[in-house]
Amino acid sequence: MAEVRDTATDHAEQGLAADRPLVVGGVRLESRLVVGTGKYVTYAEMARCLELSGTDCVTVAVRRDRLLNAAGENILDHLDPARYRLLPNTAGCFTADEAVRVARLGRELLRDMGSDSADWVKLEVLGDRQTLLPDPVGTLAATEQLVADGFTVLVYTSDDPVVARRLKQLGAAAVMPAGSPIGSGQGILNPNNLLICLEYLKDDDPAYPVIVDAGVGTASDVAAAMELGVDGVLLNTAIAQAADPLRMASAMRDACRAGRHAFLAGRIPRRLYATASSPDDGRIVESGT
Amino acid sequence: MSGGAGETPVITVNGQPQPLPREGSLAVLLEEVGLAGRPLAVEVDGEVVPRSRLAEIRLCGGERIEIVTFVGGG
Repeated sequence: MAEVRDTATDHAEQGLAADRPLVVGGVRLESRLVVGTGKYVTYAEMARCLELSGTDCVTVAVRRDRLLNAAGENILDHLDPARYRLLPNTAGCFTADEAVRVARLGRELLRDMGSDSADWVKLEVLGDRQTLLPDPVGTLAATEQLVADGFTVLVYTSDDPVVARRLKQLGAAAVMPAGSPIGSGQGILNPNNLLICLEYLKDDDPAYPVIVDAGVGTASDVAAAMELGVDGVLLNTAIAQAADPLRMASAMRDACRAGRHAFLAGRIPRRLYATASSPDDGRIVESGT
Repeated sequence: MSGGAGETPVITVNGQPQPLPREGSLAVLLEEVGLAGRPLAVEVDGEVVPRSRLAEIRLCGGERIEIVTFVGGG
């Protein structure tokens, strides 16, 4: 199929100044979208959506295998590990210890596959089931343990800048603040906090990856996040549960590119009053107050 | 979950009681549940067992075993 990836080099190909690539834990990602693999009606639809999104890094969950129905499909039949970097999550874990256990199982699965991303984990330590907000204390503790255990930790957190800074100090490879609660589709609820996160995390380290994780409802949410200057967006439900997931996957790719370009281009300041785009001089009549 | 006197020893696999596999072998257990050769990771009493060591593990009853794979997730 046609090349649809949001490559860091496509800016240069368009005659624009080259963008800095997204590098996480020393690994360059071609796309700034990380896409989840949950909630699709079929694995075939999932695979097509991943293609259309342009992503090259996808999240997966670690779960008990179905012992009585081993003839069923496995998601790995539909994910080419040469094309997609697999990022196991610790979704559903409510303590640091559970998350560390699940992370180790995910690493073993990847090692068993011969994956070179075996030490990558998307760390989630959740506070409660209703909000799925992160438990900051458990998240900090698990980050510390997993970093010590050699993991490359991409950590889901709230948009609290102080916690974000602590996670980076503990050695997280990427900090991933939520735009709004997981699966809520509310978009970016507190852009000010995200801007402060970016300032705290990137001030002396502009390449440090900050990825908005969770809350995206539609394409404009991705663009809005990228326009703030985050390095990427992680999303799942907004594609998988859209009325037309394929088209939404394509929209997300476009929005990510558009938002990144807009951030790099530098937006004009907001003003209260109008400024005319056409010259005042040379009008055929002098009118207006 | 371990069997008492006169009972067949059992292990717990993914939360369900299972009879001890032949020779207490983890590799045999995976064959019995139809998962041999599939992408999976195995944990025995909270410790991950690499595939290279599956054949050498001998279960004696009472162990809690988790067998996991990847599924869709965000």
